[in-house]
Amino acid sequence: MGDKILSVRGLGIKFGSRSVIRNLSFDVCAGDNLAIIGPNGAGKTVLLKALLNFLSYEGEIRWAPNARIGYVPQKIAADRQMPVCVGDLLAAKAHVLKLSSARIGAVTSLVDLNPEILNTSIGTISGGQFQKALIAFALLGEPNVLLFDEPTASLDELAEERIYDLLERLQREQQLTILLVSHDLSIVYRAATKVLCVSKDLVCFGPPREVLTPSALEAMYSAPAKYYQHRRDIYDVSSNRKQHD
Amino acid sequence: MTEIGTIYGVILALLFAVAAGLVGSFALMKRMILAGDVISHIALPGLGLAFLLHFNPLLGGAATLFLGTLLIWKLQKETGLATEVATGVVFAGSLAIGAALTPKEDLIEALFGKFAQLSTGAFLIGVVAVVLIIYFVLHFKSALVLNLFSPDLAAATGVKLDRLNLLFLLVFSLTVLVGLRFFGAMLAGALIMIPAATGRRLAHDLSHFLVASSLASVLAVGLGFILKAYVFRSLDLGPTIVIVSAALFGLSLARSAA
Repeated sequence: MGDKILSVRGLGIKFGSRSVIRNLSFDVCAGDNLAIIGPNGAGKTVLLKALLNFLSYEGEIRWAPNARIGYVPQKIAADRQMPVCVGDLLAAKAHVLKLSSARIGAVTSLVDLNPEILNTSIGTISGGQFQKALIAFALLGEPNVLLFDEPTASLDELAEERIYDLLERLQREQQLTILLVSHDLSIVYRAATKVLCVSKDLVCFGPPREVLTPSALEAMYSAPAKYYQHRRDIYDVSSNRKQHD
Repeated sequence: MTEIGTIYGVILALLFAVAAGLVGSFALMKRMILAGDVISHIALPGLGLAFLLHFNPLLGGAATLFLGTLLIWKLQKETGLATEVATGVVFAGSLAIGAALTPKEDLIEALFGKFAQLSTGAFLIGVVAVVLIIYFVLHFKSALVLNLFSPDLAAATGVKLDRLNLLFLLVFSLTVLVGLRFFGAMLAGALIMIPAATGRRLAHDLSHFLVASSLASVLAVGLGFILKAYVFRSLDLGPTIVIVSAALFGLSLARSAA
């Protein structure tokens, strides 16, 4: 196990009077692959944003002084029809960080992104290629910690598998620490060294095979059933639960 | 009326065209392309006051434009309203106040501008403003692109978003202000809007987009001057340039379809 790279103590996050995360404490060591799981609305994305210091919070978040963080968000709000190429985005980040343009070629090959993609508009590349481009973007600046917020949420199974293979290879080759929000328990079992279950309060924390017990999963996903109106259909979230059980 | 004053006017108009093309490109990507048209109306109360009290209209326009811009920025920051909503509220109020204040005989000039020869001082102030605008866009191009693509990713890269957004709005307003001299409150946003739309039709990456927008803008101003001088002498300069700009956009449609 490596040195401690992140220490979180008594973390609390509120939006107005609504408490999203309460009294959360955990540590991450260098080289860990931490999966953050929990039901929808449990505060997983909020937690990542707090770790990135995008939100105000109570408690303590302490990164090791040598931590350099790369981030792949869940959603990109950008208009994909913008006249901007993948290479424009990577060049923009390299320029802001004052990196040499040679680093762009390096991260592109690290994630197996076809160099031709650099000259392709972000609106015309596939979801899988776009995700790889975001990972290449996160890798610029040589981070030693990568934060991923559901990196495969919009991908089909094959593309999803490729992205997770890529993440595993990157972690191995670049000695990265990875914090990954995921809904996919099979990925968590396969890749994560630790799992953090959040559902307002910490439900479990530790190696997946030890802490992802049926009772922990039940505790995490057993929020009272809610009904959501979607188009003309009504879904019961408790039926979603079965996918995770 | 001196020859040199006319040359100053033409040079400043062409430099303004470059600035408007660049700012317009980012305004288009920020989906605030109509804001140029709208923000220019915020200058109207200042123009009206200036005509009423007989001081330099651009000073009056500048004062209300920058106050309005700060108000829009503050409104969207404090209330979470989208830029277009905050702009819409300030714009409508300004237009009404401006229309009430401006003496009737000056209203046409306030609304559509007038090509006047420039003194050396006015020319130099205009050039400094335009150079500042072009410098800002080129210097902050990367940060602006990151912010457009994803504010979260921009912040994670170290871009100070609040400062960048405020600076962009101020530069945007400064562009409108320089344009007021030539185009008036109604058309000052036109060169921010139309050449960027033309550039968007012709380019698929950022560099080509910025170049195409600026060229379309310079071409519109250049052709506008020539047409006004030699063909349509009775037309006002501002509307002539805007008509040429719209015609270039039409041509860009034909080229893309070809």
